[in-house]
Amino acid sequence: MKGNEVLVKTLIKKDVDKIFGITGGAVIPLYDSLYRHKDKITTFMCRHEQGAAHMASGYARVTGKPGVVVATSGPGGTNIVTGIMDAYMDSTPMIAMGGQVPVRMIGGDSFQETDMMGITMPITKHNFQIRNPEKLSETILKAFKIATEGRPGPVYIDLPKDVQTQDVRSEIPDSVSIPSYKPISSPNPLPIKKAVELISGSERPMIIAGGGCIIADAQKELFDFVEASSIPISTTTMGKGIFPERHDLSLGVIGMHGEEFANYAAINTDCLISIGCRFSDRITGSLKTFCVNAKIIHADIDPSEIGKNVKVDVPIVGDAKEILKMLMKEYSVSHHKKKDISAWVKKLQELKKATLECEEKEMEGMTQANMLNIFDEFKNEDDIVVTGVGQHQMFGMHYLTFSKPKKWLTSGGAGTMGYGLPAALGAKIGAPQFEVYDIDGDGSFQMTVQELSTAKQYGIKVIVIIMNNGHLGMVRQWLEIFQDSRYSNVVFGDSNPDFVALAKAYKLDGIKVTKESEFVEALKLAKKSKETFIIDVHVKKDENILPMVPPGRGLHQSICGRHIFTKKWEDVKNVQ
Amino acid sequence: MYSDRIAELNPHPHTIALLVNDEPGVFSRVSNLFMKRNFNINTITVGSSVRQGISKITITFFGDDRVYEQLVKQLSKLIDVVKTIDLPEQESVIRDLALLKVRTKKVEDQNQLMNYCKAYRARIVDVSSKEMIVEIAGKPKKVDTFIDLVKPFGISDISRTGITAILRSQNGNGRN
Repeated sequence: MKGNEVLVKTLIKKDVDKIFGITGGAVIPLYDSLYRHKDKITTFMCRHEQGAAHMASGYARVTGKPGVVVATSGPGGTNIVTGIMDAYMDSTPMIAMGGQVPVRMIGGDSFQETDMMGITMPITKHNFQIRNPEKLSETILKAFKIATEGRPGPVYIDLPKDVQTQDVRSEIPDSVSIPSYKPISSPNPLPIKKAVELISGSERPMIIAGGGCIIADAQKELFDFVEASSIPISTTTMGKGIFPERHDLSLGVIGMHGEEFANYAAINTDCLISIGCRFSDRITGSLKTFCVNAKIIHADIDPSEIGKNVKVDVPIVGDAKEILKMLMKEYSVSHHKKKDISAWVKKLQELKKATLECEEKEMEGMTQANMLNIFDEFKNEDDIVVTGVGQHQMFGMHYLTFSKPKKWLTSGGAGTMGYGLPAALGAKIGAPQFEVYDIDGDGSFQMTVQELSTAKQYGIKVIVIIMNNGHLGMVRQWLEIFQDSRYSNVVFGDSNPDFVALAKAYKLDGIKVTKESEFVEALKLAKKSKETFIIDVHVKKDENILPMVPPGRGLHQSICGRHIFTKKWEDVKNVQ
Repeated sequence: MYSDRIAELNPHPHTIALLVNDEPGVFSRVSNLFMKRNFNINTITVGSSVRQGISKITITFFGDDRVYEQLVKQLSKLIDVVKTIDLPEQESVIRDLALLKVRTKKVEDQNQLMNYCKAYRARIVDVSSKEMIVEIAGKPKKVDTFIDLVKPFGISDISRTGITAILRSQNGNGRN
């Protein structure tokens, strides 16, 4: 058997049935073999490798299976780098395969040669260059193991062209072991006991649930624990949806653009229970002032996350689902007397109610807040929403509510503009039974807009809602607040394309929305469409997403809230 | 020296050894991690270990206990790292080796240098009319002191191996 056949058969063995990518000189043998096995594996020819990588990510995030992306050597490889980095930051399982020049030509600056091993080393969980065709299947199996076990992440495999065409004698093994890779999944019971002791003794506890809970499928366990303990819960951007957001104990998302009552809770809590969250700076704000009066329980599957950013009182290493099961069990049998937390919960619920009422009053006109609020009422709980990166993403985070996990896909850690459309297409391929929306910005959308062509070719239907404000809105907002309105390089103005005409150029359809009343009609129309549909929503140009914790500041310095934080930046600027 | 500046800021040197799979690129993975995570390497050396297919990398760096803990965790996360071994100063034999080209045009300089070498148990391994090559091995501190001592002669070149270390046996005598 030739190398390319071994490769594809190993992929089939690992239940791969969808591959995203673009062919090219160095992967022609691989694609040749994929052609022969097209009954087993569907290949999606994308329009840019970055799009392919994000599609693989969207696919992986809804299915829980690793997304597979293929690119050719050199520029093909470097084009997937952004997608790999994005997957790395958000712990998305991904197998990225890149062609490479033949082994004997490596190092000679050959045509389309680049050192992808060096380039991907810092942004992958691991990478491999297969120089010996006998190691092909074994290495692919190792890559799957690494990408999916423990904390998931991307693995890059460099495939020199000659390796794909050489004869292979060895059989495809059933499984492989990696002695130096043994992720921990079952937590130690000792810190669980200690955690329950702390929780029981606290008067103002709160939970932060991160993306790790979604990856671990811990939604039921989390729900049970919250219900049993009545501890208010907020999520990170990546954890959004793991807990029903309309539940009384939900505080929504915490952080830089988090809900003010969630941030208020974090400022005042005396016991923070963090599960599957890595304490990103967008969650904590300045570390000097983050939860300084709280005992911190930090549960994560990756030991290196514990103590990385925040000093921890009780570290728990393990799978979120297992941890929550054990926490629940220990919590119900523990002899520690539980302090009354009802005053704290009531206070937070009052703040939440008052804040939401304030927000409700402001809902009018062509604002992103209003549009997304309307969309939130419109969408079904099973619909999947993918976003680009920017203001629209934060508005979405703020105004869209989810009751299930894996319904909100966004580029959290990396903040990759252009994630929206391709990831939405990947999500639709992974979960075709659900409606998939891409909430995008005019800036973000244009970064990977060519994937409309991929959507057309394969008949993948997503609904793109562009929050079109003619600006790179998030940076515009920063410039307005922090740079005295010096709008450097943020204005698209009239240079923006007519997005409906653009959809038509791709032989798709779309509609422009300039009035509030047109939006729901447009959504209905989009829902009826059989193909990808664009809704170009012309929103207010100078709307800001608030409240906002200024970069480098503490959560208590949040500006321009509606209820709790009402200060302007000028008021906070000189406060330490 | 750059490392001296770091040493002033972080007075606690740590030494660790890593057992790593003897795969191409493993050294880059380790050194890349220091860059990526903003850690400062003081010295790094690689060699074989007693296990086939496993190499040993010895690293010294400066930083507080939190840096140390993070670094060990991050290094352990690398797929090719089989094991990390902490090498506390009191419980380890820590050695450095330097080769120095020392200018010794005058006879009295030659004699003086030979005396110093005797005192430090350094060896003269090459002699020419203008300079001598001295080999000195020992604790890094001893090597540093010796270099300072012979500096006035004029050192025209220097090569240091970096630090390698090994954990003492439990009933070792603990000297040196």
